[in-house]
Amino acid sequence: MSIKKVRQHPTQNEPLIFERSQKGRIGYRLPKLDVEETNLDEVIPEHLRRNDDLDGFPEVSEVDVVRHFTRMSTWNYSIDLGMYPLGSCTMKYNSRLNEKVARIPGFTNLHPLAPEEEAQGALELMYRLQEDLAEITGLPGVSLQPAAGAQGEMTGILLIRAFLDKRDGEASKDRRVMLVPDSAHGTNPASAQMAGFTVKTVKSTSEGLTDIQHLKQLCSEGGIAGLMLTNPNTVGIFEKNIREICEIIHEAGGLVYMDGANMNALVGVARPGDMGVDVIHLNLHKTFSTPHGGGGPGSGPCCCSAELEPFLPVPRIVKEGNRFRLDFNRPNSIGRVKAFYGNFGMMIRALSYIYTHGAEGLKEATETAVLNARYIAHHLADTFEKPFDSDCMHEVVFSHKKQARKGVHTIDIAKRLIDYGFHPMTIYFPLIVDGAMLIEPTESVGRQDLDAFIDAMKSIAKEAEENPQIVIDAPHTTRIGRLDEATAARKPILRWKPDMESMTKTA
Amino acid sequence: MNIPENLRYSRDHEWLLLDGDIATVGITDYAQKSLGDIVYVELPKIGEKFNAHEPCGSVESVKAISEIFTPITGEVIEINETLNDSPELVNTDPYGKAWMVKLKVQNPDEVNSLLTAAEYKEYLESTT
Amino acid sequence: MRYIPNSPEERAEMLKVIGLSSAEELFRSIPEDIRLKRPLKITEPLSEPEVIALMENLASKNTASQKTSFLGAGVYSHYSPTIVDYLIQRSEFFTSYTPYQPEVSQGTLQYIFEFQTLVCQLTGMEVANASMYDGSTAMAEAVLMAQRITRRQKVLIARTIHPEYIEVLRTYTKYNETEIDFADFDEETGSIKQEELQKLSDQTACLVVQSPNFFGVIENLEGLAEKAHSVGALFIVVVTEAISFGLLKPPGEFGADIVVAEGQSFGIPMSFGGPHVGLFATREKFVRQMPGRLAGIAYDKHGNRGFVLTLATREQHIRREKATSNICTNQGLMALAATIYLETLGKRGLQEVALQNAQKAAYAKRKIAELEGYSIPFSGHTFNEFVVRSPKNAEDILEKLLKEKSIIGGLALSRYFPERKNDFLVCVTETNTKNQIDNLVDCLKELR
Repeated sequence: MSIKKVRQHPTQNEPLIFERSQKGRIGYRLPKLDVEETNLDEVIPEHLRRNDDLDGFPEVSEVDVVRHFTRMSTWNYSIDLGMYPLGSCTMKYNSRLNEKVARIPGFTNLHPLAPEEEAQGALELMYRLQEDLAEITGLPGVSLQPAAGAQGEMTGILLIRAFLDKRDGEASKDRRVMLVPDSAHGTNPASAQMAGFTVKTVKSTSEGLTDIQHLKQLCSEGGIAGLMLTNPNTVGIFEKNIREICEIIHEAGGLVYMDGANMNALVGVARPGDMGVDVIHLNLHKTFSTPHGGGGPGSGPCCCSAELEPFLPVPRIVKEGNRFRLDFNRPNSIGRVKAFYGNFGMMIRALSYIYTHGAEGLKEATETAVLNARYIAHHLADTFEKPFDSDCMHEVVFSHKKQARKGVHTIDIAKRLIDYGFHPMTIYFPLIVDGAMLIEPTESVGRQDLDAFIDAMKSIAKEAEENPQIVIDAPHTTRIGRLDEATAARKPILRWKPDMESMTKTA
Repeated sequence: MNIPENLRYSRDHEWLLLDGDIATVGITDYAQKSLGDIVYVELPKIGEKFNAHEPCGSVESVKAISEIFTPITGEVIEINETLNDSPELVNTDPYGKAWMVKLKVQNPDEVNSLLTAAEYKEYLESTT
Repeated sequence: MRYIPNSPEERAEMLKVIGLSSAEELFRSIPEDIRLKRPLKITEPLSEPEVIALMENLASKNTASQKTSFLGAGVYSHYSPTIVDYLIQRSEFFTSYTPYQPEVSQGTLQYIFEFQTLVCQLTGMEVANASMYDGSTAMAEAVLMAQRITRRQKVLIARTIHPEYIEVLRTYTKYNETEIDFADFDEETGSIKQEELQKLSDQTACLVVQSPNFFGVIENLEGLAEKAHSVGALFIVVVTEAISFGLLKPPGEFGADIVVAEGQSFGIPMSFGGPHVGLFATREKFVRQMPGRLAGIAYDKHGNRGFVLTLATREQHIRREKATSNICTNQGLMALAATIYLETLGKRGLQEVALQNAQKAAYAKRKIAELEGYSIPFSGHTFNEFVVRSPKNAEDILEKLLKEKSIIGGLALSRYFPERKNDFLVCVTETNTKNQIDNLVDCLKELR
């Protein structure tokens, strides 16, 4: 397949809705008020009512709104448009079937405080999903309450804290060190901090694995509450010493939390519970294909060992005969992390994903995701520096080392990829690789697209050699060029105001 | 790399100019270059006291943040308020208009523990 | 598997290219003894019709979804224009990621900017973020932010805040030495007792008040900010029914320092409690202490206006354990739904919806108050929710309403306030017709 660059196609300009607004335009109609009106001053006296007439609020027609959002949408890249190889984000296909079933009125119109007897379907759905996630992770205690990965992580760490406090009593106060590898996601240390732990960083080896010697040394310093480990880790390599790592931590009296961001490499192949992990969070919006939606909603179920189960957030869903009910009476629980029961709409989608795949399909997805990443690694290993030799799992990391000699950096390569019709990979993460480019194709990419991506990367490398400026100035095909982020951060403009400059700055 | 002869330097890339018992502190040319476009400077309050090598503020670029350490023990007597509105001065004039804090120094002799320009130059060469 | 483009033959070829002979070999780096040697105990793959049938069957067991309901308490049934759900399903919105690459994410960034602006206008505040998970976590984050700003750990919160929000706050602050003190409410009015504000001290990080509060009563926020500020504390206002912004004076005008709200009412389905969207707004001077993402204006070298995520140094991916929060995502798609909802209704629509809620609830409240044996225990003004005191155990009455009349008449307060056995919370929105209200009133009369 020959290399194809995108051609520019016209996209409409579209101002902010506030700039489009025209006094008197209407975009809605409500049924007429059908009750006898009460004097408004009696209902809500004037001093409690707003008197600004919602100044500045838009006034537009329904057609205006549809055009406004449809035009803006065309400025976005999306999975449905093509490969979206963001490492550690698992941008896989979001099926329309999942969207359809999540919109069944029996789900969407269900109030969370409806009597349990009248919400049996929802409770059963959650129970079924919990059972399946327990089987997939090998960890029997599951709470679906966390709203996103970072909250699932926080929940997992709070479980560890509650467990230690209960086990060690007063002595638990001397156990406040959470170990986090230098390659970890930033959410890890931030979550550990929220549970009152002090973070100590574990080094990585030149192979891209957790440095066992350093880990042992840190453990010998004492006070270990636990370890937060991503596996496969953030450079896409499976921590082959995971059993030993878990043993070292357990030996030191701590627990092991696994960041499940990379579960797409493991489903149906290996289970964290069998590796010695005590608690993990999953990202339904990664591994289980619920839509990323431009940054959320996520859903971050927390799965744990039987030992930790009593500490999971309330309420728990329990099955009694054929009925399901919510159990609030859990004296050891860490409490709630969110009002109600979690992002239920995402649970429907995830269960639909699991049922559509079945056991064999889930394994097939895992195998394909890893195969696709390996295929890219194989083809690009000569073109870009690959900092770690080991076989990668579902994602592969390269660095800009070779291209940087010509003044072409990761950011430039990423922007140039846009001109070839791809969304850039994750850049400058993990931090332990200078100029990192983390590529995760997922299983949702066919061979032709993988080849086109590989060709694009090779072509960019060639451009970096022969005509670096074209890469440095990229992208050339988007409706807007690189934006001046420094000025944006120095003098932040975070909302529209009536006296604001319009779309183009007059130079 | 600009490393003025008349200043003293810390291994955390701060510079210091001592005048009597008043020390003026900022970050070095090397520090601003490695951070990139500076977008925000957070400074301590007047009257706060710091031991040598304690963090007293931070410098932010678009995608990075770096702490400012006081090279010497002392009390903050003045801060450079112009950096609130013009953080870019750190990039354009790190040794001049972008000084950050003035400290009343407890023990001026402490300055001898800091690097000279030549030593700082050597230090940079050995670490990069 | 139909979601996987490559055929088994293509995969076999690719394996060969990379020098392997079986898929099994892809996992060589996983030690043998921790590999799963059996298939997962999960269903066989189901076809599309089978999945739909199974889900329809589960949904049909959610009988509450088909019944007339007067439930509110943090989640509300409102009409959402058709185009809201239509537009959020455009591929470019729902299958895109966080807008880290602004050149190919301007659609998302611009609507976030519009969302931030709308939230500022509604709340009367200066800056708003790109959203939080929901109202409850937004409130917890607001308290953490106040603690960072004031470097104090004590918190004074109104007892009339949504009980589940308080539970979330307890979890979030369990390990940072927070001391939570409660400001009680007046049994007469149902709103915060003024003398309780004497609990404010020079140790207090913030005063937190919900309005309309959990009992539906609109708090008079006048003077509360001054009281909080006089001891150096911040004033935080929580709103669970965002439609009320269309009619009530915005908290910003009462001097609030942080305003958080649940935005589910803006076109987002109830969906058994989520996903919803948290609104978070504050004063400009606190922006660097704010959690969550922010979109701002930036220009390219040709002077074209665009939008970028900005002030990212507050966030976990840069500041790690010193970040303002561990939050990573926002509720992108739900913030989009809220944006489309607000822009479609516009100024007049939001005002009219709010007014209809207030009028319908006032009508229901008056009719119920006229019933013998029933009363309205709190005299405070209400928006679209109010507490009813029934002649006997509220749980029994509500159960009879459900069993005999197929009406979900509201929420028995005993769920959260065990001592209030006869009280229940009734919510009336624009989706409740006069017939439904009259029917509720008739049934209550019959069951007393």
